[in-house]
Amino acid sequence: MKKSNIKSKHIINHPLFLPLVCLLLVLIVNLIQTPSFFKITIQNGVLYGFIIDIINRSSGLIIMAVGMTLVVASSGGTDISVGAVSALAGAVCVAVLGTGESYRMPYIISLLLPLIAGMVCGAFNGFLVSYMRVQPMVATLILFTAGRGIAQLITGSFILYVKPVQFQYLGSFLPNVPIPTPCFVATFVILITWLTLKYTSLNMFIQSVGINPKASHLVGLNSKMITFFTYVFCSVCAAGAGLISVSRTASIDANNVGLNVELDAILAVAIGGNSLSGGKFSLFGSVIGAITIQALTTTLYAMHVSADQLPLYKAIVVIIIVALQSPEPKRWYYMIKSGISSGRSAREAN
Amino acid sequence: MNDTELRWQRFEHKKVMSLIKEKLLGHNFLLFVTVALFVVMYIAGLFVYKDKNFGNMQVFLNLLISNAGLIITSVGMTMVLIIAGIDISVGSVVAVTCMMLASMMEKGKIDALPAIAIVLLFGIAFGAIQGWFIAYMKLQPFIVTLAGMFFARGLTAVISLEMITITNKTFLSIAQHKMYLPFGGSLNKRGVMIYPYVYPTVAAALIILVLAFIMLRYTKFGRSIYAVGGSEQSAMLMGLNVKRIKFLVYIINGFLASLGGVAFCLNTTGAFVELAKGFEMEAIAATVIGGTPLTGGVGNVFGTLFGVLIKATIETFVSFQGTLSSWWSKIIIAALLAFFIILQSLLTMRKERQR
Repeated sequence: MKKSNIKSKHIINHPLFLPLVCLLLVLIVNLIQTPSFFKITIQNGVLYGFIIDIINRSSGLIIMAVGMTLVVASSGGTDISVGAVSALAGAVCVAVLGTGESYRMPYIISLLLPLIAGMVCGAFNGFLVSYMRVQPMVATLILFTAGRGIAQLITGSFILYVKPVQFQYLGSFLPNVPIPTPCFVATFVILITWLTLKYTSLNMFIQSVGINPKASHLVGLNSKMITFFTYVFCSVCAAGAGLISVSRTASIDANNVGLNVELDAILAVAIGGNSLSGGKFSLFGSVIGAITIQALTTTLYAMHVSADQLPLYKAIVVIIIVALQSPEPKRWYYMIKSGISSGRSAREAN
Repeated sequence: MNDTELRWQRFEHKKVMSLIKEKLLGHNFLLFVTVALFVVMYIAGLFVYKDKNFGNMQVFLNLLISNAGLIITSVGMTMVLIIAGIDISVGSVVAVTCMMLASMMEKGKIDALPAIAIVLLFGIAFGAIQGWFIAYMKLQPFIVTLAGMFFARGLTAVISLEMITITNKTFLSIAQHKMYLPFGGSLNKRGVMIYPYVYPTVAAALIILVLAFIMLRYTKFGRSIYAVGGSEQSAMLMGLNVKRIKFLVYIINGFLASLGGVAFCLNTTGAFVELAKGFEMEAIAATVIGGTPLTGGVGNVFGTLFGVLIKATIETFVSFQGTLSSWWSKIIIAALLAFFIILQSLLTMRKERQR
């Protein structure tokens, strides 16, 4: 009996326990709402169903959350420019391809240039945060304000459309493949990041810089470079997510691509059980967090909540989840528990 | 004059010089740069837009009129930044305040003054809930106010998805009540002296600004706000009730955000879901440009006023120019923000190196 107790405690204390419980709760609510929730059918040769939709829609968010996790871990701050950077990347992509019947430039350039644009944005953020020692939120506030403006300048304040059908492959389905392409991209990003972190010492470096940058510097780590790198990586991820969302609609509307997505990405990191003050992090926690948020969104849409009213319910769920994960309620719980037991022992002593 | 006296004089001179240097290089320097920038921009505007009457007193007052709500909200934001917190919910609070006012007056047939009182109470309650989560539950201010932002924006949509235009007579009479200044008038074409005017919102904003300045500088509570922002640990060891101070600051901020919302509403006399989007970032930008860093412990509400004025001047330039798209004002504000935060960080680095 004792052994099983230890085992259950082990499971409860696992960092991924709470995020998974949150995700399960959302899914169970869904199952009660719509019994056909987990049904997957094949329509027109592609998989179709709520679950597929959630995974498909969340892949952009997952990619951003992966980048955001590293930023949060290394600097203890958040990058609020990801939405603007993804809009900027989308604008660059469409501007490169043009709006004609065929591409103006090879497709590969339209993928590379936005990623490079993202890299430049990330380098700007990273430079301010790591070398100028600006608080991350303020540093990224600059691009948050200016990014969409620059994107509007690139598109000339128009909504531009890309005509060739092949352009939509990235955002929807490859021919004869039943699984949505964004899933592959998201899996690829997660795998690459995970493998890099697992088989190099980058994982430990990032955590140590996040916990104490000064000490890491004294130990001999180039802490500034590491923080810089995470910002560049985060913006490249954001640019990638922007490409997917542009390809999904085959158009760029610089006002609406990635609108409010920075908030979702930060929430994904927080729901994933990562401390927003830096240090230890869990990549998969953030991925689960991203899926939870998308599942929540889809659930609320299925319950006929209008898109504008959505944030109200999201906020309530988020504050409950975050409050549950913070250490303070746990402390209260133990205080009350020990208070009762100490009170009892005091009474017994009397 | 003997030797000792001379030496003493030199010593005094040195002391004064170092004091001036310290004042200039400290955070007052940032305030100085902000004010100087505004003055330079304004004078440049006088020359560039001479034919468009930029020098008219009314143009200057319009800067205040169109940004009265932003000034009030930014004062609250300044206090929050001084205790090293952040509040990104203010934009949504402004929106929900406007929407509540509009729907109460148009659908609920409640008169203007009780409606305003109700929304101010709502703001206080909203601030109190956020403050409780931040101060007593020790959640991160960013996350709590992020949720608050979502909540308030969603609430706005729940109240009404359509735009509501306010037709309440009392409200409109407050909104359109012109308070003429006794000076600075100019002659119009018919040769009649026209004095410049402001709306009551501007008076309210300036009163709030002065009150906040007095509170921050001369009261015990204001001083303890700086102490908490400088170092929570030391403030606690000094015997200050850190949690309570934080809680109170967020309540004040909630109140000011809803008051800013009322001022905003008096300006727009209508409400819709997407109202005041990005307002929180404008408030943060104005505060940071005004010389309040996000690290806490430092800040001045008058700097914030100039931050708002700089933002307003840029917008006026862009609209006077006529051919520029409104995106340019955002890009210019972002560039200014970049300039200021780099300046701030260079200054702090220099200070650290001197030690």
